[in-house]
Amino acid sequence: MNQGNVHQEFGFVRRYIISTDHKVIAKQYLVLALGWAVLGAATAYLIRWQIAHPDTEAFGWGYIEPQVYNALVTMHGTIMVFFVAMPLLLSVFGNFLIPLMIGARDMAFPKLNALSFWIFFLASAVLLASFFIPLGPAAAGWTGYPPLSAKNEYTGGGYGTDLWLVSLALEFASFLLGGINFLTTAMNLRAPGLTWFRLPVIVWMQLTAAVIFMLSVGPLVAGAILLLMDRNLGTTFYLADGGGDPLLWQHLFWFFGHPEVYVLLLPGVGIMLEVITVFARKPVFAYRPIIYTTIIAGFLSFIVWAHHQYISGMDPRLAMPFSITTIIISVPFALIIFSIIATLWGSSITLTSPMLFALGTLGVFIFGGLTGIFNGSAPVDIYIHDTYFVVAHFHYTLFSSVFFGGFAGIYFWFPKMFGRMMNETLGKVHFWLTFIFFNGVFIPMHLVGLRGMMRRISNPMQYEFLKAIEPLNMFITLMAILLILSQLVFVVNYFWSLLRGKVAEDNPWQANTLEWTTSSPPPHENFVTAPAVYRWPYDYSLPDSTADWLPQNRSEATAKLVTP
Amino acid sequence: MTTQTAAISEMESPVGKNGTWWFLASEIPIFGGLIAAYIVMRLGSAGWSEASSHLNFTVALLNTFLLLTSSMTIVMAHAAVQRAALKRAAHFLGLTILLGLGFLGMKAFEYSTEIGHGFLPSSGIFWSFYYGMTGLHALHVLAGIIVNVVLWSQTVTGSLAQQPHRVELAGLYWHLVDIIWIFLFPLLYLA
Repeated sequence: MNQGNVHQEFGFVRRYIISTDHKVIAKQYLVLALGWAVLGAATAYLIRWQIAHPDTEAFGWGYIEPQVYNALVTMHGTIMVFFVAMPLLLSVFGNFLIPLMIGARDMAFPKLNALSFWIFFLASAVLLASFFIPLGPAAAGWTGYPPLSAKNEYTGGGYGTDLWLVSLALEFASFLLGGINFLTTAMNLRAPGLTWFRLPVIVWMQLTAAVIFMLSVGPLVAGAILLLMDRNLGTTFYLADGGGDPLLWQHLFWFFGHPEVYVLLLPGVGIMLEVITVFARKPVFAYRPIIYTTIIAGFLSFIVWAHHQYISGMDPRLAMPFSITTIIISVPFALIIFSIIATLWGSSITLTSPMLFALGTLGVFIFGGLTGIFNGSAPVDIYIHDTYFVVAHFHYTLFSSVFFGGFAGIYFWFPKMFGRMMNETLGKVHFWLTFIFFNGVFIPMHLVGLRGMMRRISNPMQYEFLKAIEPLNMFITLMAILLILSQLVFVVNYFWSLLRGKVAEDNPWQANTLEWTTSSPPPHENFVTAPAVYRWPYDYSLPDSTADWLPQNRSEATAKLVTP
Repeated sequence: MTTQTAAISEMESPVGKNGTWWFLASEIPIFGGLIAAYIVMRLGSAGWSEASSHLNFTVALLNTFLLLTSSMTIVMAHAAVQRAALKRAAHFLGLTILLGLGFLGMKAFEYSTEIGHGFLPSSGIFWSFYYGMTGLHALHVLAGIIVNVVLWSQTVTGSLAQQPHRVELAGLYWHLVDIIWIFLFPLLYLA
């Protein structure tokens, strides 16, 4: 307690800017990620405007030149994957929840944690700076395929691609350090009694994501160094005329890029599971099988990468094995999805805003998973590769995890983070608008793709066969603008709740995990008395107990003290 | 509160070791990716042994011995610091630093001769890989030297006596740098 008082005396800078407190660092990531999301949405708006009304003046911006369009597409992917999804799902929820959920006072390496954030901040600054240099930011696509990315004359850019590579390298360093911290914290600092199989599912998912990231990003770090050398030292790793091979980059990129999909998916699934079990008042169905299949899926994610390259010119004999592994990886995820449905089965569901977003994650992800089977099998993919069908597919999977999952997490843990409740009515309005307009954008996008519209083209009207789908494209753009505008409901709710929201109780949702046993928001070093754990986190509605819920720190003897 | 604090500080060493091992685990795929790319590209094209024959095998062999020896000296530094023999630890850390610097010096000599003979990173795919792989490795050696210098300065101030496990952690990293070289040496010089 004395120690806590000493820390209270820290000044503003020490408490909020260079803090080593994992909760503050999580909030720093949250601010940065939401800031980037605004920019990501702005790029999406401009891209959609250009597709619906090619070569007209975009409202609020002006004429979008083809070169600028390429940069916008590149930056949209880069920002959303690396500067919104990664920090939101891993850094915000991982940082905030792992120490609290395992009953630790902080991360294993608090200073390293702060360093991770500041490296990420630097990566953000480098990427943002690339918007303002002559010839603009990178324009070779978020996948950065050479030779487009290797030689400036192909994209008309300047140092934008170099800054893009440096920014990504810094970001990877930041997340590697973050992952090391997550793993060490969870392995070494768990509260007494908190065995591996008493950990909440989301902690397992965060750890699996950290391991997947750690083991897959290395080759891309190497690949990025080689690409920087190609651009600046005249080497020819990716240039066929010097004995190199552009396919090498594609392999290095997707060896990381596909596991990355699961790095982004698993934390979202974890949030969904935690929220659903609380508002269904039922234990997670098949807890151990979920953990085993998560690990199996993590392993499988390393051997599916070439399904991004069926028509790249790689040996076509590779298509069959990669088709098979890709279809196989849907099995563990099907098991997880069925477990979630079984958790919901026969339960008493309360449709709060976090629950709505969690159910939205589930529904949207099932849709995206099903179109994934189309893309995964080589014969179908040869037809739909590089079309808007693929774009629609990966937005269904990633938007589900990152935004529906992310919002579920924010609405659910907001009281614990900031000590105030978010407004339920605004939350529900936000959900329904987001859900309707999201589907309004991306269901028609499948049709556009099946009609043959290619990704990344700035003006579909140049193609005779695409002229007929112009009305559909205009509809999608309208829906996209409405989708972006409906996020204002969230912005209003967020800031209003932060200042004026109802003061939150310690455990407003009557949940079992350890973070709800401390105050809202938790004090510096989290727990006034170090918690001990007696049970797994999902004892809801036990048949032989009078209590509706039993927190993890409740021993058998005192179990009956909890009133439903 | 006191018992808990004691428990945490006892944990510090395993925490540091665990974190270091995860760090090493994340380093291996970086070089793993490079080596895999090298092997795949090499199997797909010709002319690599001719280019490789221009490298200075003798200097590289000597460098291999330097690095292997430095792995031994850092272990001896660790053994010394565990027995609280700070002065002895300082000597062995200093020796490790000198051997690392020797490695970098010889590497610089190699680079300058090769560049003098006109073999630049842009001289062909073998040279691209040669400079890329050895360059990244040299940066790792440099990082290790910096860590060792920090530890050595802590023997001077005496603060290392409270944190003897730091030498072990630095040693783990130093061995990794050593092992990576053991892979690079035959791939590039005996190719």
